Amino acid sequence: MATVSTSEFKGGLKFLMDGQPCNIIENELVKPGKGQAFNRVRFRNLITGKVLEKTFKSGEKVEAADVLEVDLQYLYNDGEFWHFMDPGSFEQYQASAAAVADMDKWLVEQDMCTVTLWNDDPITVSPPTQVTLEVVETDPGLKGDTAGTGGKPATLSTGAVVQVPLFVQIGEKVICNTQTGDYVSRAKD
Amino acid sequence: MSHAPKTEPKSNWAPSARLSTLKKRSQCLQHLRAFLYQRDLIEVDTPMLSAAATPDAQLDSLALDVQAPGQANPVRRYLHTSPEYPMKRLLCAGSGDLFYLGKVFRDRDLGRRHQIEFTLLEWYRRGFDLKQMMLETAELIESVLQALGEEDGVALTQPTRPLEVLTWQQAYARYAGMDDPFGANSQTYQACLEAHRIAPIEGVDADDTELWAQLVFTEVIEPQLGRGRVTCVSHYPASQASLARLDPQDARLALRFEVYVEGEELANGYQELQDPAEHRRRFEREQNTRQALGKPAMPVDENLLAALEGGGLPACSGVALGVDRLLALALGEERLEAVMPFGFDQA
Repeated sequence: MATVSTSEFKGGLKFLMDGQPCNIIENELVKPGKGQAFNRVRFRNLITGKVLEKTFKSGEKVEAADVLEVDLQYLYNDGEFWHFMDPGSFEQYQASAAAVADMDKWLVEQDMCTVTLWNDDPITVSPPTQVTLEVVETDPGLKGDTAGTGGKPATLSTGAVVQVPLFVQIGEKVICNTQTGDYVSRAKD
Repeated sequence: MSHAPKTEPKSNWAPSARLSTLKKRSQCLQHLRAFLYQRDLIEVDTPMLSAAATPDAQLDSLALDVQAPGQANPVRRYLHTSPEYPMKRLLCAGSGDLFYLGKVFRDRDLGRRHQIEFTLLEWYRRGFDLKQMMLETAELIESVLQALGEEDGVALTQPTRPLEVLTWQQAYARYAGMDDPFGANSQTYQACLEAHRIAPIEGVDADDTELWAQLVFTEVIEPQLGRGRVTCVSHYPASQASLARLDPQDARLALRFEVYVEGEELANGYQELQDPAEHRRRFEREQNTRQALGKPAMPVDENLLAALEGGGLPACSGVALGVDRLLALALGEERLEAVMPFGFDQA
């Protein structure tokens, strides 16, 4: 396994800590006027998403992690795995429920997603910032309510539930922000 | 498998500091010079290239090969990490009080608060003891902070920072709750780090007392120093003496000080060691440490040793101050390149 010295540390470097892949968020050199240098490192465990801190004596080595961020097209879910494809090479990848986590409600077939691969296996999946989904269930809005002050919950085709304006009806397509989980607008089609 | 890079390379022609900041920088340089000229110091622009280099095991000198006429092969020269040696040779030659304001170079040191190439102010005062040197350094820092706080000649309300002077030992007592850092072992230091919920440390031997002591200083004590004040820490352990004299009252201590403002180390000063034989011993000790760390030995500055033996260094104190850090502090900038025309990555 390849090792990386602290002198190569920088934001974005992927390494193994306690057997799990981590991504350096911030690397700060700590060097007193007279004394040994250290690297104060903030990093994210890519499996748990937790942000941790550690201070390494300069010259220490860590194991490099074979982690890659790639853009893949979401194909389908077979009930157990979510399948993705590299549209360039047609290579396919299957992501487990742990990797997809709560992002499954934003996965739309054919959409390009950013997938983090560790040793060629997907460990996290990020859908596009905005996705277009169909409303499959919502209460009929009250006629004449144009103030837009209120809202109502709507269930979308993927199972996501978002707060939509009262005028949105079943069968309409809406655009949502996957990072905030908010309704953005009705989709024009 | 090949994937296109996700980011485009971007052009780097813009300065790393705002133009208004560079104007402040210019004022700062002018102010520093005025402060020292007013006290009758002479400015010296000592060489940046030297045949010798510091043996300090924690400093890495940049080397380059110079082709001089009459030489078959290029000669190795080192970029100075500080102007200390030539300035001391000038003092030995009878120069009187003097200062250097200019660039120095330290390989490997690059980050938020470090630049490979940075601006150092170093000055020497004959007859000054450690305390006088601390006071003058604090006065200079305070006067720069006041001067840069002015807008169009109108002083902004800058409260004067009170001066706090404490010994290395008192710093551990006051800010880390350790009353006897000299008697402490590595377990005590590690317990202190734990008690202060410091992030885990990787790569330090369990019994490396000196390094654990350093970590308590940098992780626990340092961030608390100089909050709303100027803090001078003095009387470091003799093992960290560098080229400072040992305290005649207590040989465990070195007559060395550091100045901190808002958790940031700004300056490092000594009541200077004069004895040439002791210089040689300390250089050898550093060379041995270098060897243990797998670093190359550096050519010893025999000219400096000859000057100490010949002319002799007058009783004096000296201090080196990081100008970019002082400026960053005065202007509230997080990163050093934000106060430099071009940082390392833009140069």
